Amino acid sequence: MAQYSFWREKWRLISEGLFRDTPPFFLVIGLCPALAVTTAAINGVIMGIAVTFVLMGAEVIISLLRKWIPRTIRIPVYVIIIAVLVTVIDLVLAGTVPAIHRVLGIFVPLIVVNCIILGRVEAFAAHNTPANAAADALGYGLGYMWALVAIGSIREILGNGTWFGLQIFPEGLPTVDLFKLAPGAFVTMAAVLAALNVIRRRRAPTSEKNAAIPVVSRNAAA
Amino acid sequence: MGELIMLFVGAALVNNFLLSRFLGICPFLGVTRELKSALSMGGAVTFVMLVTGLVVWPLQHYVLDPLGLGFLQTVAFILIIAVLVQLLEMFIRKMSPALYEAFGIYLPLITTNCAILGLALLVVGEGFTLAQTLIFALGSAAGYTLAMLMMAGIRQEMEFADVPQAFQGTAISLLIAGLMALAFLGFGGLNVA
Repeated sequence: MAQYSFWREKWRLISEGLFRDTPPFFLVIGLCPALAVTTAAINGVIMGIAVTFVLMGAEVIISLLRKWIPRTIRIPVYVIIIAVLVTVIDLVLAGTVPAIHRVLGIFVPLIVVNCIILGRVEAFAAHNTPANAAADALGYGLGYMWALVAIGSIREILGNGTWFGLQIFPEGLPTVDLFKLAPGAFVTMAAVLAALNVIRRRRAPTSEKNAAIPVVSRNAAA
Repeated sequence: MGELIMLFVGAALVNNFLLSRFLGICPFLGVTRELKSALSMGGAVTFVMLVTGLVVWPLQHYVLDPLGLGFLQTVAFILIIAVLVQLLEMFIRKMSPALYEAFGIYLPLITTNCAILGLALLVVGEGFTLAQTLIFALGSAAGYTLAMLMMAGIRQEMEFADVPQAFQGTAISLLIAGLMALAFLGFGGLNVA
């Protein structure tokens, strides 16, 4: 029985980042890389792996050390741990996928200042057990990955006619180059956020819907 | 001299930090509700960018490169920026309370602003000389402040606009940013970058 509730607890933590607070859709943080590297879906996967690795490492290490890190200097300590992990993944990516590493450019070292990492470390890992911190990191890391892949897919399909390099639209069909450029990133993100707003409002429980109705008519109905 | 002017224009307009390089988007959406705070943030970023350029360039060329410690770049840069911002804040608070009032409160936010670390990584990656680094920092900061002010100006007018429900909040700001980026794309025709 204990085993069962252990995994259920972990799944609850993972699903929180994966579905409920997924950055940058439901929590608007970590926008810079989400706009900059999402010209193709595959970039989202690699960037997602990098962020998940750093988040996982930082949350577990800081959770293990949480009783020994003095409160007053905790932020510099966190930043050093994160920066070391980022250096590791930066060198690994440069060695394994050099072409994509070049496309991601300075956004890999810039994971150091990504609000998601420092935010989760400060809000969660600093007060929780390593196992819970790992679950939290997995949820937020993979959540960020699917978000990046979603935006990358939209931009790659509309801007290039391909998805993960596979031809989706027939060869001769014109593509909208704008989606590969900077304005396309902003517009795609705006459209996705607006669509999610609509979906969430539809799904909202009836009590919330009623709240939007003017007070007078609600009283009349009662 | 002409080359340096080109570098300035390229950094400010063609490769605008916010609208083309996507660096420092958080304050772009966070503190652009009114012109005054946008200007203060722009001032703070300008200040820190210049000092960062001034410190990071010798660090890379006189410390990291001769010692073969290039791989420590990220760690070294973020530490130096964090220390720098802290010192600047203390210095400004002591020297000029008026200046501190204007943008001192934005300084702590800047440590985690990717525009600063981004600038440090860019100037080193491009192999600029110290003069080029300073001009590039100045141009980038000018472009950053310009985009912040434009965004704040538009958002102040938006207060009176009837935004569709789905776009309220971040979505409409991103849409505005998209239109601004489209306009800035036209600067690509300057052919200076």
